Amino acid sequence: MGIISAIGNNVAENYDALIIGKKGISRISKIDTIQRDQIMVGEIATSNDELIGLLGLPPENNYCRTALLGVVAAKEAIADAQITDIKKYRTGLISATSVGGMDMTERYYYDYLTIASTQKYIDGHHAGDSTQKVAEQLGIEKSLVTTISTACSSAANSIMLGARLIKSGKLDRVVVGGADCLSKFTINGFKTLMILSDTYSSPFDENRKGLNLGEAAAYLVLESDAVVKAENKKVLAYVKGYGNANDAYHQTASSDFGDGATLAMEKALMVAGYKASEIDYINAHGTATGNNDLSEGRAIINVFGSNVPDFSSTKAYTGHTLAAAGAIEAVFSVLALQHNVIFPNLNYKTQMKEFSITPQITLKRKELKTVLSNSLGFGGNCSTVIFSKEA
Amino acid sequence: MKKVYIQSVGSVSAQRTFDNNEFLNEITEYHANVIPAIDPVYQDYIPPAAARRMAKGIKMSSVASKIALSEAGLENVDAIITGTGMGCLRDSEKFLSAIIDNKEEFLTPTSFIQSTHNTVGGQIALGLGCKGYNFTYVHSCISFESAMIDAKMQLELDEATTILVGGVDELADHTIAIHKVVKHVKPEAVSMANLLTSGTEGAVFSEGANFFILTNEKTKDTYAELVAVDTFNTLQKGELAVAALTVLLENNLSVNDIDLLILGNNGDVVFDDYYSVLSKEVFSETPQAYYKHLSGEFNTASSFGFWLASKILKTQSVPTVVCLNDLKTLKLDTILLYNQYRGQNHSFTLVRKC
Repeated sequence: MGIISAIGNNVAENYDALIIGKKGISRISKIDTIQRDQIMVGEIATSNDELIGLLGLPPENNYCRTALLGVVAAKEAIADAQITDIKKYRTGLISATSVGGMDMTERYYYDYLTIASTQKYIDGHHAGDSTQKVAEQLGIEKSLVTTISTACSSAANSIMLGARLIKSGKLDRVVVGGADCLSKFTINGFKTLMILSDTYSSPFDENRKGLNLGEAAAYLVLESDAVVKAENKKVLAYVKGYGNANDAYHQTASSDFGDGATLAMEKALMVAGYKASEIDYINAHGTATGNNDLSEGRAIINVFGSNVPDFSSTKAYTGHTLAAAGAIEAVFSVLALQHNVIFPNLNYKTQMKEFSITPQITLKRKELKTVLSNSLGFGGNCSTVIFSKEA
Repeated sequence: MKKVYIQSVGSVSAQRTFDNNEFLNEITEYHANVIPAIDPVYQDYIPPAAARRMAKGIKMSSVASKIALSEAGLENVDAIITGTGMGCLRDSEKFLSAIIDNKEEFLTPTSFIQSTHNTVGGQIALGLGCKGYNFTYVHSCISFESAMIDAKMQLELDEATTILVGGVDELADHTIAIHKVVKHVKPEAVSMANLLTSGTEGAVFSEGANFFILTNEKTKDTYAELVAVDTFNTLQKGELAVAALTVLLENNLSVNDIDLLILGNNGDVVFDDYYSVLSKEVFSETPQAYYKHLSGEFNTASSFGFWLASKILKTQSVPTVVCLNDLKTLKLDTILLYNQYRGQNHSFTLVRKC
């Protein structure tokens, strides 16, 4: 697996930050926006030029920031999986994005009409372009390469599709994940919805003020049993269960009682063949908006009753990275399993009054066999993926 | 593994395709380089107050999906899977130009909310009260095929019984303007009959929504069987024939089994030779059809091609207007569709008479 986020440019840096409780939230520096002093964001320190240098791209490249971040994370995932010949097995790529090349589109929107040097970015207008670039950089050719965009649940859904493609025998190996960069478009969009916090976000806190937007990319390599056996691979974790459901309640808000999230978690448990009591840790969506945390908290209670396992949201570390969130939290879930550790839910102070469940707020070491990860999005889109240590 | 069937269709396009009792009976002629979809009478399908708030992509999809549901006699489905290259593009443009023009002030959320790619899928779910699986694929000209691959796997594994699958894209002014600048849109107006001989770069841009009910149970009204859908992010011209033959071979078919080849030619002089590789060489003895002179080009135009194939198999007739060569079909059992856009994202779809 591979990752780049506001708390680090690779898996090791992300893990270290999670362990020492170091968040990556700051004032925005790379986008010139009038909202600067009213919001905090999870911005990746490395600039586009530095990323281009790092990847050795020619100066005339037309990569948007989403693509640059995506390639960095995907290349780490391929190296981590010790893949030296990508063509040895039928290998696909499923990437998630909501912003795609919007950073360039918003920069050159009118310039496109008159300034020839900007027009190379028009090809990056559609969301699939960043995925095509990641595939090209990984050497994935003549294969199944596609893009999912279901708002904030997108990357969880790419993991789900990847798992299904392997289960059905269509692919032997599939790189799954997502990438999203910060943009004026999303900053102002979420601003109009009045769900951006002007300070550090505090998931599941009674006095939470909204979310911090973030940017990130993360990818995981899923392989079939046959490939694992043939290559004598060490498995990091198993995608044990998955479920997607729709709230069918409101275009942006989650239902007050978390119907969709409840269904998604129940479906995932069913696919995994687990009882609720077999989940050791929930990496919650926990965006720190009033609506999400209430709805998700109630959904967790719906599913787990009085025996809610340890849960925390890692959004206070990274910000809400939209379509990438499900992938970076999948990486965090696998790290939790590998190191038997639950990452703290930062910035929490006050118990929510609507229910009595409380997130894990300090680093906790305990033997973990299973982790359930939630991703909930616009359009009522609710997704759950369950990772396990054992097959 | 269960077989997968096309149970019903619903289409809003640059042709009058929203009446399932007809099949291209009357052709709407264009002489243009951008052609909008023909509006059905929206209030026949959507309450007028709701329709006023809806983006065109949502309206077209609502109508197309309602037609498909109604023809299948369904009130709900197990899953909704949408393909869209650009989503509700007009709202994206509206929000973005407001940000730039007003320097990030005086913004309202409506267009931002609708700009999200999965708005159409979410709105259909909201309209039906469908709490099932809901995915949106956004990968250029294989957005619709990706949705079909997903649906097909779930139906084969019997994880769902009925799935609403569709492709939708809408035209928007600024996107057209910038695509004219880079010659992705043809510089000149073209009449339909001359699309493939225009000899110029670019395509005639359009929009539309084509939705289908896919099921794993055949009935007497079933249109056809969906045999295979395969997509390839890259293929060189020299690799196309092998790729097509491999798709056939994997389904125990050979070139002679294909009764009709439906191609996605859009008249772009730079990229149409991808189709020629198949039409002039491997499949030179196969009856051929095309459709983008009727539907125009958009990221999910291949869903119109899929609509065409479904109708051809159900009615067992090929409208003359879509014929690409003079070869007459002897029978209409198996159809192969091939599409690509600007040399990338190739798709092969196989459908068969039930």
